[in-house]
Amino acid sequence: MRTIIQDNKEKNEFLVHRSVFTDKEILARERASIFNKCWLFIGHETEIPNVGDYKRKKVGGRNLLFVHSQDGEIRALYNTCPHRGALVCRENEGNSRVFRCFYHAWSFKNDGQLVGMPGKDGFPEGFNDEGTKNMKVVNRLENYRGFMFVNFDDNAVSLDEYLGNAKEYIDLVVDQSEHGLEALGGVQQYSVRANWKLLAENSADLYHGMPTHKTYFDIKQAQDPNLKKVQLEGKGRSLDNGHGVIEYVAPWGRPVAQWTPIWDDDFKKDMEKIKARLVEQFGDERADRIANYNRNIIIFPNLVINDIMAVTARTFYPTSPGYIEVSGYALAPKGENDAHRLARNNNFLEFLGPGGFATPDDNEALELCQEAYNNNQEVEWNDISKGMVRGEENALATDELQMRSFWRHYNTRLQQSFKEEKEVVHK
Amino acid sequence: MTRNTIERQDVIDFLYTEAKLLDEWKLKEWAALFTDDGTFIVPPIGEPEAVPTNSLYYIHDNRSRLQERAERLLKKEAHVEYPHSTTTRNYHNILVNGLNSGVITVECNFTTYRTKREVVDTFIGRASYELIQQDNGLVIKNKKVVLNLDSLRPHGKISLIL
Repeated sequence: MRTIIQDNKEKNEFLVHRSVFTDKEILARERASIFNKCWLFIGHETEIPNVGDYKRKKVGGRNLLFVHSQDGEIRALYNTCPHRGALVCRENEGNSRVFRCFYHAWSFKNDGQLVGMPGKDGFPEGFNDEGTKNMKVVNRLENYRGFMFVNFDDNAVSLDEYLGNAKEYIDLVVDQSEHGLEALGGVQQYSVRANWKLLAENSADLYHGMPTHKTYFDIKQAQDPNLKKVQLEGKGRSLDNGHGVIEYVAPWGRPVAQWTPIWDDDFKKDMEKIKARLVEQFGDERADRIANYNRNIIIFPNLVINDIMAVTARTFYPTSPGYIEVSGYALAPKGENDAHRLARNNNFLEFLGPGGFATPDDNEALELCQEAYNNNQEVEWNDISKGMVRGEENALATDELQMRSFWRHYNTRLQQSFKEEKEVVHK
Repeated sequence: MTRNTIERQDVIDFLYTEAKLLDEWKLKEWAALFTDDGTFIVPPIGEPEAVPTNSLYYIHDNRSRLQERAERLLKKEAHVEYPHSTTTRNYHNILVNGLNSGVITVECNFTTYRTKREVVDTFIGRASYELIQQDNGLVIKNKKVVLNLDSLRPHGKISLIL
């Protein structure tokens, strides 16, 4: 047993031990108890819309092939040859009925089934009767409203149950479009020299908004003199299974249907139509939530869906305690007209992504945390207490409840890992 | 409009001057090299001709956005570049076309090194420019930077101007 979280409700203090950001043994436990057990985002169904479409994906440290098989099913295959192990598919994406390993030329249909290899007479009849020579399929692949997840634990609960009440917030994101969302091309593959949990925290942290992103808000201010009226205000909520959300108003335009003066009047009319359609479909209250409220959603452990000045999904995975690989997606309503789409994408790029005016400063903040954890021996605890004093049911979007939700669940999984080990040792 | 005779060397000197301004963090002066309708774009890696409505660019700046980019990076609150990183830009394999036409097109390979906190990141790729003559000098109408990388790892960001 090892204390990594101090959750002191009497003192209204919540502390996280900094070793969780630097310790290799902790990372090994995270791999075993979190990444091998939880639902992990692999991609959006619209990335492979046609039969034969495929994309290579790295998920939970595995090399996967996300493929729309000939029978119409979407599958995740382990991208490794059952023969000698080589990576079978080397293109990042494409369309193919067959994947062929170049090493000994074993060929597989796009559902993974072995269809041929040279020198067949050297193998017994019924060599693949049990299917062990097919490319292995990830057994658990499930879809929630276009967001597709894999789970490497065959006994895991369903995705639906795992997402729990986080689904309410995913619904609010997807419902902005009549025809669903689609993933744009150009998925941003970048990195941060910091621990993965720092990005989970940072992605749903409104408290850092003003100090870290002052230059962005300065630019917004210059574009719209009335901006001062709109504050960053809203609520934070702890969700099931370590998920968490903040929902709030903010001073940026939202391409769903919150106009801002940098956009022209035609666009304003376009957005009024969208808003009217939302009101008709969902009623005033829900339409207002969809159009005017922002949402930063943490799906435990490593997916963030942010419905802010544009919609982004980001997933990340640690290759070491101090380094993560990040994939950043842009999502947008299917069938959106070009002018609207361009305005959306420009809104995205003004803040988000490796070339945006905000994301690089987040990256820097995380890297400076990681660097200063060199002092962990003497300075041991991070403080995640903000808003506890208000009572968790009154948490503001600028509080840290959504992070405590993450950490409380994280702690449950890590404590289970410590406990199991102790039992093994004592046997 | 009268045009001066522009030689290949003038174009090369102009590019080297641009690189020097960026290396010296004279970013307002860099922005001033652009026409009033100038653009600066960085397409997604592996998709140099991506359609910006279907694919997300890294950078898709119109003239006002590139001005904001330059001015932002000079502020102390542009945390990622405070204190400023040290950069070294090299342009190679320069091809100049259309010297005698209204728009001079230039293509070159580039290598940009950025160092901060004892970590060096290397950006490599190909830049293309559309230059025009204005007020007896050259100005940039469009600049496009294609990264010849597999991903932004381990760089993690394009916080500097490429």
